[in-house]
Amino acid sequence: MLAIPSCLGVGCAAVARKDLQGSLDLLVLKTLSQMGELHGYGIVLHIQSASDELLSVEEGSLYPALHRMEMSGWIRSEWKLTETNRKAKYYRLTGAGQKELQRAEKNFEQLVKGIRAILRYA
Amino acid sequence: MSILRRIRNKLTRSKLEQEIDAEIRSHIEMRIADSVASGVSAEAARRDALIRFGNQMAMRERMTEEDAGMVWDALGRDLIYAARQLRRTPAFLMTALVTMILAIGANVVVFSVLNALILRPLDVPGSARLYNVVHKQSGYDNQSYPDYLDFKTRNTTFREVAAYRLQNAGLTAGNAVYHSWYCRVSGNYFDMLGVQPAQGRVFHASDEHGPNSAPYIVLSDDFWRGRLGADPAIVGTTVHINKHPFTVIGIAPAAFHGSDVFLWPDFWMPMVDSPDDEGTNFLSNRGMHNLWILGQLAPGVSPKQAEENLNAIAQEMARQNPADDDLSARLVKPGLLGDALGGPVRAFVAAIMLLAFLVLLAACANLASLFAARTADRSREVAIRLAIGSSRWYVLRQLLCEAVLVSALGGTLGTIFSAALLRGLTRWQPFPEFPIRVAVSPDAGVYLVGLLLSVGSGLLWGLVPLRQVWTTNFTQVMKSGSTGMLVFQRFSFRDLLLGIQIALCTLLVTASFVALRGMQRSLHAPLGFQPQGVLLAQTDLHMGGHSDRSAPLLQKHMLEETRRIPGVTAAGIIDETPLGTGGSSTTVFRMGTTDFRPSNSVFAAKFFSISPGYLEAAGTRLLSGRDFTWHDDAEAPHVAIVNETFIRGMFGDQAALGMSFLMGQIPYQIVGVIEDGKYDSLTETPRAAMFFPLEQNPDSDTSLVVRMQLPLAEIVPELREALARIDPALPFVFHTWSDALAFVLFPARVATATLGVMGLFAAMLAVTGVFGMAMYSVSKRFKEIGIRVALGAQSIQLMRAALGRPVAMLLLGSAVGLLLGAIASQLLSQIVYQATPRDPVVFAGVMVTMVALGLLATWIPAQRTLRVHPARLLREE
Repeated sequence: MLAIPSCLGVGCAAVARKDLQGSLDLLVLKTLSQMGELHGYGIVLHIQSASDELLSVEEGSLYPALHRMEMSGWIRSEWKLTETNRKAKYYRLTGAGQKELQRAEKNFEQLVKGIRAILRYA
Repeated sequence: MSILRRIRNKLTRSKLEQEIDAEIRSHIEMRIADSVASGVSAEAARRDALIRFGNQMAMRERMTEEDAGMVWDALGRDLIYAARQLRRTPAFLMTALVTMILAIGANVVVFSVLNALILRPLDVPGSARLYNVVHKQSGYDNQSYPDYLDFKTRNTTFREVAAYRLQNAGLTAGNAVYHSWYCRVSGNYFDMLGVQPAQGRVFHASDEHGPNSAPYIVLSDDFWRGRLGADPAIVGTTVHINKHPFTVIGIAPAAFHGSDVFLWPDFWMPMVDSPDDEGTNFLSNRGMHNLWILGQLAPGVSPKQAEENLNAIAQEMARQNPADDDLSARLVKPGLLGDALGGPVRAFVAAIMLLAFLVLLAACANLASLFAARTADRSREVAIRLAIGSSRWYVLRQLLCEAVLVSALGGTLGTIFSAALLRGLTRWQPFPEFPIRVAVSPDAGVYLVGLLLSVGSGLLWGLVPLRQVWTTNFTQVMKSGSTGMLVFQRFSFRDLLLGIQIALCTLLVTASFVALRGMQRSLHAPLGFQPQGVLLAQTDLHMGGHSDRSAPLLQKHMLEETRRIPGVTAAGIIDETPLGTGGSSTTVFRMGTTDFRPSNSVFAAKFFSISPGYLEAAGTRLLSGRDFTWHDDAEAPHVAIVNETFIRGMFGDQAALGMSFLMGQIPYQIVGVIEDGKYDSLTETPRAAMFFPLEQNPDSDTSLVVRMQLPLAEIVPELREALARIDPALPFVFHTWSDALAFVLFPARVATATLGVMGLFAAMLAVTGVFGMAMYSVSKRFKEIGIRVALGAQSIQLMRAALGRPVAMLLLGSAVGLLLGAIASQLLSQIVYQATPRDPVVFAGVMVTMVALGLLATWIPAQRTLRVHPARLLREE
């Protein structure tokens, strides 16, 4: 019983920090797979509305993440005009991105399952 | 695939950045448009959108950092920034550069010598399996030829065993006579070392058929090119060595100069041959130890196994031959004339390497404290950079870049300087009359070590501000001015660094003082003769084709001619001068001894042959008895003059004049006793010596000792003319006795020069270290000092406040360093005459030096303290 608080205090914080980035990737990939093609601002809006305003993506984290995912070949980008005739960079999922999404979803489900199990046990 | 993209990104970086900017702009504009549409004012909407983005610069950095290739770009940027920062503080830059040049330069030079003399194997195939076979007793390395043959034929652990010895002779080619040093080597020598001739052929074991059966020589490339003008027709021709004909059969490859690192012989001759009539006698004499054995281990045999094998053979030989009574064997690394020279050289070079490394450490400590102070002064800049979103790692990387940049630059310059110095050292021939060279040209390994040391030390002292940066609390720094970092603790890390540095410097200063003092003492040491005002004319009568037996007549003639020259006050002849390079020793026995095993002897005594009048010419004091006369000839009873140590060892306290002893089973009567002297080295303990009349113990080696009143320049031509009247073909070497002692003083001179330079470096480092620390300490406490002055503090109190700590560290460090120096000097005593730090002169010298250095270093900071003007200072704040 004593071991659990210490795990939450130290170990879980480290897991959580690492996972935050993982979950941002998952959210972005999922958004793109659902919406097809979207610019950065659109991704922010979508995640906000789709999560009933529960999740808010920081712009400061989003763009580095997008850039990294593009470098990894999961997404690719294209400059296009928006409906309001503004130039914006649109992102879409690649085949590799599709696979990464499946992997990330599975990981996330396992994580959730694990956390649930622990919560039940406690 | 992503690598390509990264490279493309790297090439089109500004394009990438533009794209990022455009993307962010469009994002912000879209958000503003949405906010305005929902009724927010345009200005508030813009502000909100920007805040949501946070630090755009930091974000863009993070985006570009996602490319691994970008790290290099960042490094380049860091380096440029570092260079700019360094240019802004030229004082620090210059101090750091000079310090690194000195420290790295010293290390590269010493490492290069270490590399050339000790680490680098001999430049022959299979050199890793080569060993010199010496006796177990240290300093006793030579073997006799019959012993060599026994070791060679009976061992089961060596692939091959060869022997060699160094000799000199006059070589006549065409009309020119060259005073040459050459190696007499066993026939298998070249084959064992795998040396192929550059021209002609080399000799082999199959060429040897007993004494004087192989009158061949192989020239060294150096001698052939340098002295014989690279004459290609020389191979196959006959040259004369000491007037005996020898055929030049080949020329050795340019890279080969024998199996010793220092020696560059002019040619090689089979050991069974000799240019002298008596030169092959040693081949059958088990008691004449005059050659080195060099063996190559058989594959799969360890040195230890070989040593056991040889020792078993040695015991067997001792049972069979009384002369081999105490024979034993030990393997040592070849290249430095066995262990007698190799031991001290290795110890000395290793010790100097250690000292050089200490200089580098002291330099690092010095720069570390300077750098830490510099970082503390930049605490505001660091705080601002942290406050606007730079990570601590970036700040630290920036600082490291500055440190490594300075180190690498200083190290490169230091290496360049030392490479030039080393090339000069390689060309240098310390003794014109000996074939000695110190080939220490730097190789790739040396440059690599130089680079590693510079970058390594840069990292070492660059990491010192790590804690400062990590613990900077930027809000506090911004609020309180410049002293946000913890500068004043009771005992800071910088104090420790300064203490260490001072201790190391004192150690080096002590070592150099001990060496200097030893050097000065050795110049006034009682040598057993007075070298001042004496001219030496040296030759070997063999070079004129004379034999040992005809030598005394010729020598007597020389003396008569010499004494006739005006200005000559005394003249005498000795075969080899004491503290020269030759001289032999042999065992002596008490009267009544019948079993002449070495273990039954009283001791081994040095022996010399002298003419009547030598003692007077040399300035050796005759304590009792008489000098020799020309009547002590071959027909007269055998007589000897011995020194005090001989008498003490042989007869104790009894009166010894008229007593006799046995040498080579012949009784010798003691007719004179002289003062003790130095015979082989200045650091030797007193040893027994005996002198015989020339006519009873003839020797072709001739050193004419001429004591004179006139200047050298007037005597030499007359002497040369007089000697030429006796035999115009005899080559003489003329020099003053003091100059001739250069050889024996050489190790001490090298040690003194090296330690002197190291000590000087250390002193300079100590001054800059204390100066930097004191200066910094004063600048940090300006305000406090100002207030104290305003409140009426006395100068002495101010000084104590401002300089107390650096001076305390100076005293503490000096004390520790002096202690370390005392321990280190034990090592020095093998090389330098009477090296001891307990000498009050050394002790006082070190103390005075350190105090002087301290005064020098704190003078300017002290002046600054005293000139503090409180009103102006407080106004500035």
